[in-house]
Amino acid sequence: MSTEVPIAAYLILAAILFSIGVGAFLIKRNVISIFMSIELMLNAVNLTFVAFAHKWGAVSGQIFVFFVMVVAAAEAAVGLAIIIAIFRTRKTLNVDQINLMQN
Amino acid sequence: MQLALFIIFAALAIAGALNLLLQKHPINSALSLVVVMLSLAVLYWSLGAEFLAAAQVIVYSGAIMVLFVFVIMLLNAGEEEHTTGSRAAYFAGIPGSLAVFCLLSFVFLRESKALGNVHMSNAPAGAMSNIAQISEVLFTKLLLPFEVTSILILVAILGAVVLARKEEHE
Repeated sequence: MSTEVPIAAYLILAAILFSIGVGAFLIKRNVISIFMSIELMLNAVNLTFVAFAHKWGAVSGQIFVFFVMVVAAAEAAVGLAIIIAIFRTRKTLNVDQINLMQN
Repeated sequence: MQLALFIIFAALAIAGALNLLLQKHPINSALSLVVVMLSLAVLYWSLGAEFLAAAQVIVYSGAIMVLFVFVIMLLNAGEEEHTTGSRAAYFAGIPGSLAVFCLLSFVFLRESKALGNVHMSNAPAGAMSNIAQISEVLFTKLLLPFEVTSILILVAILGAVVLARKEEHE
């Protein structure tokens, strides 16, 4: 069948998503948007895990993705709480104005 | 069929990710990230990971993104304004992410032959379903890490409550 998808196509898609995540992480100025681009990068890495798990016919790659999801959920809860705490003290979400450690 | 599915949802994922990058308002970015996560769930399913496809929809686009949207609404986040520092980020960010993409795609394309194609009926005859396979490994070989994640979640809950609590002035 000529309609089979190469696994490399999935990996290239993950690379595209990861680089968009890196670019968004550097370009975005809103701290919530920056946090969302971290989630995008985590998702791209998860896609490579699933693609390689399919390639080797092993289920351990999928379990690794499961653990990544758990850690991402915990990270999102703590990170958003930190964002709320920052907003309470600094009254802004712009990362250029959150420079407490500079001066 | 498989190819059409891949092309549609890969294009949707890339469009959502670009929309996340280009939108100025964080709520638009959050909703386009939901699109990316849902199309990734379809791609997981096409790779034979049904459990992860369901978990992606429930955990990522169901729980995490709702948390994001709640926080955006709670903080009344407006459009981001660009400052002098962000102009330098443009000059560093675009070439940097392009370099990462070139490096990754070079490696993947060089190994493209060795990686082969996706076979939908890859599972051997009489094989268990995907969820049964995952749970068998998860609850026998990886039982301790699985239990440790519950402690991690507990610590994360406590940390979130302590951090987000209003400080009392005595």
